[in-house]
Amino acid sequence: MSKFKKKKGNEIPAVNTASLPDIVFMLLFFFMVVTVLRENDLLVQNDLPKADQLEKLEKDRAVYIYAGKPSQRYQDKYGTEGKIQIGDKFTDVKSIGFALTEARETLRPDLQDKVMVALKVDEDTNTGIVTDIKEELRELNLLRIIYITAPGNPVSSLN
Amino acid sequence: MARRSSPEVNAGSMADIAFLLLIFFLVTTTIEKDKGIARQLPPKQDEQIDPPDIKNKNIFIVLVNKNDQLLVEDEPMEIGNLREAAIAFLDNGGAPQGSPEFCSYCQGDRDPASSDNPNKAIISVKSDRLTSYDMYIGVQNELVAAYNFLRNRESQRLYGWKYTEVKSALADGSYKGNEELAEERLKEIQDLYPLKLSEAEPKKTE
Repeated sequence: MSKFKKKKGNEIPAVNTASLPDIVFMLLFFFMVVTVLRENDLLVQNDLPKADQLEKLEKDRAVYIYAGKPSQRYQDKYGTEGKIQIGDKFTDVKSIGFALTEARETLRPDLQDKVMVALKVDEDTNTGIVTDIKEELRELNLLRIIYITAPGNPVSSLN
Repeated sequence: MARRSSPEVNAGSMADIAFLLLIFFLVTTTIEKDKGIARQLPPKQDEQIDPPDIKNKNIFIVLVNKNDQLLVEDEPMEIGNLREAAIAFLDNGGAPQGSPEFCSYCQGDRDPASSDNPNKAIISVKSDRLTSYDMYIGVQNELVAAYNFLRNRESQRLYGWKYTEVKSALADGSYKGNEELAEERLKEIQDLYPLKLSEAEPKKTE
């Protein structure tokens, strides 16, 4: 008789964790797929200004121009004047055209003539540098631009 | 000889390894959130063309100096009031009733000393080279907001939806319904309040 009653304690059986790796792998693959490793190593400071009237950027047809003061660790070498970065190197205003054509060639061919120039400019920069870039873009006939901003209210942050 | 079955690999630490990788990817992921204010630059003009005659009352001049101070229509202004001032200017509709320029949908003051109709109203922004980019974007944002406000109002009145909402839904591809029709209506609303922002080249400071 006692033979049958032996293991009937009140113990709750342990949760089966055999499928835990599967779940974790699933998450892992999700993040692996959505991760975009940063293409450009930023050489400039890049705190974007705030704005709230935003439009989305279609990333497949965008080329980026960064501008701002060189980051802390490059300041010894490049000073603290605002600089322009395209791809992963500094560019001066005159050679924007060349650098942009290079960046543009990495886009899909059918989108290359719909290209949009995304300006990621640090909020502490002077407008002068942006104007120079815009003049150069007009020269190159790249007329669609977008000022990339961070979402937020500009009025409250400026006052 | 009977082959001995190989012992099963202990897979207990599999979850730990996967977690490690998972956390690595979680940390390195930056889901990019690129949004901004889109703008069309004016094309380059080769020869010097005389600027068209525009009546003074149809231009709304916004000046930003190097200390980030605003001068709007010769009055100093805080940036918080810029949106309202721009709306009042654009929506003024000062042309008298009966004239071909009369704006039937404007709800402004109809002040004859301000803009004739939204189609004629031009906002001109002049900034200094030393104006901070932060301020520059702030001004641009407020002016775009003024246009968006008016466009939203008109689309609400005519079609019962908001211009900005439908526009972003169309861009996402999440718009439900006839996309071509919506596209056409967006265009109509845009024509009611066309975005006429002129940017002068900033003056140099010595």
